[in-house]
Amino acid sequence: MAAIITLSLLGILVLYLGLFKAKSALLPVTLIGLLVALGCELALWGGDAKPIYSGMVVFDNFALAFSILCIVTTGLILLLSKAYFSSISNNVAEYYCLILFSLTGALMVSAYHNFAMLFIGIEVMSVALYILVGIRKTDFGSNEAALKYFLMGAFSTGFLLFGITLLYGATGTFDITGVREYLIANPQQISPYFYGGVLLLLIGLCFKVGAAPFHFWTPDVYEGAPILITSYMSTVVKVASFAGFLRLFGYVFVPLHDFWPPVLLIVIIITLFIGNITAMMQASFKRMLAYSSISHAGYMLFAIVALGATSTSSIFTYAIAYSLSSVAAFAGLILVKRAKGSDQFVAFNGLGKTNPFLAFVITVAMLSLAGIPLTAGFIGKFMMFNTVMQDYHIVLLLLAVVNAAIGVFYYLRVVVHMYFKTAEDEGGAIVLPLSFKVVLATTVALTLLIGLYPDCIIGLL
Amino acid sequence: MDNIIQNIQGIPLNHYLIFCSIIFSIGVIGVLIRRNVIIIMMSIELMLNSVNLLLAAFSAYRGDASGQVFVFFIMALAAAEVAVGLAIVIMVYRNTKSVDIESLSKLRW
Repeated sequence: MAAIITLSLLGILVLYLGLFKAKSALLPVTLIGLLVALGCELALWGGDAKPIYSGMVVFDNFALAFSILCIVTTGLILLLSKAYFSSISNNVAEYYCLILFSLTGALMVSAYHNFAMLFIGIEVMSVALYILVGIRKTDFGSNEAALKYFLMGAFSTGFLLFGITLLYGATGTFDITGVREYLIANPQQISPYFYGGVLLLLIGLCFKVGAAPFHFWTPDVYEGAPILITSYMSTVVKVASFAGFLRLFGYVFVPLHDFWPPVLLIVIIITLFIGNITAMMQASFKRMLAYSSISHAGYMLFAIVALGATSTSSIFTYAIAYSLSSVAAFAGLILVKRAKGSDQFVAFNGLGKTNPFLAFVITVAMLSLAGIPLTAGFIGKFMMFNTVMQDYHIVLLLLAVVNAAIGVFYYLRVVVHMYFKTAEDEGGAIVLPLSFKVVLATTVALTLLIGLYPDCIIGLL
Repeated sequence: MDNIIQNIQGIPLNHYLIFCSIIFSIGVIGVLIRRNVIIIMMSIELMLNSVNLLLAAFSAYRGDASGQVFVFFIMALAAAEVAVGLAIVIMVYRNTKSVDIESLSKLRW
């Protein structure tokens, strides 16, 4: 809880710093605050996890692991923001403050123990993002993305709430342990409200994580938003939503395990195919990453269908691998976009010659996203497929492998552009600021480390 | 207060459920078919308010206050959401001079 309080206060502090024109202090203060929050989370690790504040939140290792991942990813993204925000707006303090508030929501979603906290967490996380997406006020794309995101977000909140209400009608409690106990106590005569509630919750959460057939807002919003916000949305927000998803379906609805998995299976198969096949047809790197994030949502849903002893661990590993490589890819995209003014694949031409380090980092990130061995992405995919294998979903596994193969095609396309095509205008090397170097080196090192020694992550949960 | 709860309980629970589902569906259909952003936002409010009504009914039937407390959470957050949403609509209106969502179709695959 200390981390959530720290981050909320930090957001207000940052706003005041902006008021007093202390622009150069913004980033250091934010990063120090994130470190404090990280420390608070680490101090709780392995402790005796009991629901606190009248059963509102619970900081078990599951919640802590996902919170730590969210905080670290936000820190990496904020390091990239040094010159970025001031180049697109004068109100820099608002960016930091809104990202911090959104992060607070993400922590609540990963630690909720009551449906009220799930709802509040999702709203806090999204409302801050509606503003962040539309922060370039005069840009048409940003406007459109903000409006679409807002409408779809509010719409899906309606479904989520109706679902929660029906669950409340059936069980008489908002406490997730209470709901679980209701399911265990009455296995035969579960109220019909409950089934409706589960389905509506599923729809609401699928909207949030961008799983097909509720994915249609994702590419537009990811393309229209500023790149840094896109990277935040596709990593932190997605990871937190999956933590919430997994707690709900992997803990609360487990006793109902013969009802919802078929629905989720259909969602996964549609998500994988739509995400991968459309990603193949994109000419823009940013949009390709948006569609690839849809397909990764499909892979992460695997762990929820095939619940087993290792499913939390595998979804966590996958989330780490995905977040690290996405941050690296978006960092590369920011640099290339700034130098060449375009986010098409063509802009990456000849990068292997002019910027060997940057090209190497993007290559590792792409290989990790595609799931090639020796990278973290491979370990994540391997663990996912392994959980599904244990549950004998052979058809699902075959479809997933086909999709992984499609994925390799479009991820390697940017690598081909970097190493085997020459740029028309030799613009010279792109200058990498120090903070970018730090972020790129960290993400690559961690990706390779987890790829080589996966035990350091797998044993955690 | 007891009087109100008795009045609420005078109507069968299923009627509340059907009534709220109908309002919710009207909201959903409104979001899907209307083109005016303001009307879409009104439809979303309709969805949220049908949820509020249903929560209040369930809460009265079970004699449990937490459902009614949840209604306050929904109201507060819906207000915050609408405040941000209206700001976004104004921003869009300044750029496009329209609140029709058809005017926003620059991002397409």
